[in-house]
Amino acid sequence: MNYEANPIAVAIFLAFVGFVLGISFYFARKAKSAEGYFAAGGNIHWFVNGVAFAGDYLSAASFLGICGLIATMGYDGFLYSIGYLAGWIVALFVVAEPMKRLGKYTFTDALDSKFNSKAIQLMAAISTLAVSMFYLIPQMVGAGVLVTPLLGLPHWMGVCMVGAIVITIVATAGMTSTTYVQFLKGGLLIIFSTVITVMVLSRGLSTESRPDTFNPKMIAAADADTTIRVTEAKTGLTFVKIVEEGVANWWIVRGDNLEQAQSKVEMHSGETLYNGAPKTDNKFQSVGLVTKLPDGQTETGSIGPLNYFATIQESEIVRYPKGKVAKFDHEGDHVKVFVPEITAGADLMIPGQKFKLKDGVGKMNFISLMLALFLGTASLPHVLIRYYTVPSQRDARKSTIVAICGIGFFYVLTLFIGFGAMTLGVIDVESGNMSAPLLAKAFNIFLFSTISAIAFATVLGTVSGLIVATSGAIAHDLMDNYMNVQMNDKQKVMAGKIAAFAVGIIAIILGIAFKGMNVAFLVGWAFAVAASANLPSIIMLLFWKKTTAKGIAYSIGVGMVSALAIILSSPSMYGQYGLDPASALHKLDNPGIISIPLSFITLVVVSLMTQKDNEGLSTEAP
Amino acid sequence: MLHEPATKVEKDAASDWKAKLGIKLFWLYCVIYMGFVGTAVFATESMKLPVLAGVNLAIIYGMALIIFAIILGLIYNYLCTKKEDELNAKAEEAE
Repeated sequence: MNYEANPIAVAIFLAFVGFVLGISFYFARKAKSAEGYFAAGGNIHWFVNGVAFAGDYLSAASFLGICGLIATMGYDGFLYSIGYLAGWIVALFVVAEPMKRLGKYTFTDALDSKFNSKAIQLMAAISTLAVSMFYLIPQMVGAGVLVTPLLGLPHWMGVCMVGAIVITIVATAGMTSTTYVQFLKGGLLIIFSTVITVMVLSRGLSTESRPDTFNPKMIAAADADTTIRVTEAKTGLTFVKIVEEGVANWWIVRGDNLEQAQSKVEMHSGETLYNGAPKTDNKFQSVGLVTKLPDGQTETGSIGPLNYFATIQESEIVRYPKGKVAKFDHEGDHVKVFVPEITAGADLMIPGQKFKLKDGVGKMNFISLMLALFLGTASLPHVLIRYYTVPSQRDARKSTIVAICGIGFFYVLTLFIGFGAMTLGVIDVESGNMSAPLLAKAFNIFLFSTISAIAFATVLGTVSGLIVATSGAIAHDLMDNYMNVQMNDKQKVMAGKIAAFAVGIIAIILGIAFKGMNVAFLVGWAFAVAASANLPSIIMLLFWKKTTAKGIAYSIGVGMVSALAIILSSPSMYGQYGLDPASALHKLDNPGIISIPLSFITLVVVSLMTQKDNEGLSTEAP
Repeated sequence: MLHEPATKVEKDAASDWKAKLGIKLFWLYCVIYMGFVGTAVFATESMKLPVLAGVNLAIIYGMALIIFAIILGLIYNYLCTKKEDELNAKAEEAE
């Protein structure tokens, strides 16, 4: 799709960025001490912290990725919502208060509180860096995705812009400005997502396509010149090239008829044509349509939440699945034809469009993902550091509950937003990530502009939190604790700021390199690495008194390395390398089912072998 | 380097009680979550069954998991706050 900058969107966006930077400079004076910089002085109110938790957690993966996945794949996207929210149960019931009690600035402090071990300090800091980097990639990809329709700028420029703004936010006021940016963004995201949901339900469902949505024509094959024909192997479909008034389009042969299709052709001359014309001609349109409603209805009118789902279950919807994109070469040009598929609503409302649950590997991948999502939240370093920004354990607990309420409510809304985008014809066939903002655009431009600015702030808030976590790992865990670099308070803050700058630059590079991958999918990996590397240590430290420092260090190392090894050799990564995914070393895309138990086993075995190290330490679990 | 908390930690006589309650509620939720994952994997078609106002099991179970987490969190906070006030008051009296 062609995206053009909208003046209202640009104005709201600039106002928001200006406000966010204003907050950062205002709080800069509070971030002169290490405690102020890394933990906001430990004085944030529990309600503000709870909403900031939501702002931190509801990242680009949630707003862009999950809504996009539901819009293109149906219920499978909602599984991420369920898993992400369920993870907060582990955070609340198991981790929140002990983490607050044991730590100082980072979760490494909590893990190391009983042992004062160099091995733990090193491994936990490396794990923080690895997890945060994995989490940063999709956020930066999301930034690039957003800035294109919002400001009309290319992907790389969006990534660079976010990088620059976030480095400024973090480098000026650390955790304090980050907290208020997250608070603001979390609150606005929930409010405006509610507005979109109300509009989706007010409009209801209709079989009539909107004017700017692709609505394919059907013609008799006998009425057209069908001499240029190509049969594509993967889809088994035959395509016909028809030139009208100098514009070439690809049509799909459907028996005696031809169905109009959307195509992207990379010409051997280097030019790319969308439906036979340059992108700026706006011939390439958004897709998605309800073709059949129950009882022969053509529209439902305003509809209630449960009735909305019940109606979709009995409807039929046109989708453009990624797996149905036909790719072939014709006269030296690379052709992609986006093939529509009519899907029963009942099939879209259960798992199975993305996750292949009929074979063993698919089942294993699914269980593995759900396990990582459940156990990952409570082991994400940028989530854990937020427990150090409130004054007491009671505040830590209360802020977690505020977070669960806000995040849970938002995740319920993702289902309405996703299906709203699917049925309202706002999906860009090249990427589902923009579905939520484009849905807002279908209602009115002001809503689109506001939602886009909030989505951009979503990225800013989460990336800021991640950079604070990584700068804490470098300056506090590695330099101060592990390497014993002698620094006064001011120098620690300076080290944190320099680390934030370096991490920001790396994040920019990764955000450009990973363009095009679904952001929710990428975050799934971050959860898997976090759950494998960190959670076994946290749980066993709290509940098994025989846990030793070496057990923790080895467990983190084995969990992290095994999760990363499985991810880097997975079919999805083979696709990213430009190799055939079918030739990958194994079929597992989600490592949790292997790497999490492996990490637990490592901790138990190593701890039992090194019990003498615990002599002289307190025998009680902390 | 010591790893003391960023702010001074208050004495909490209820921490053991809260930890035990937390673990019980964690396992309760865990069982219901595993039930969801198991149904999705091993009885996917049963997720199509309408269970409430014509809406299928997949949607209702998924939404229920989210809403149940919120309710459980609120109950946990209520019980913990009550116990903290009770036990910490007793501890203060004893001192």
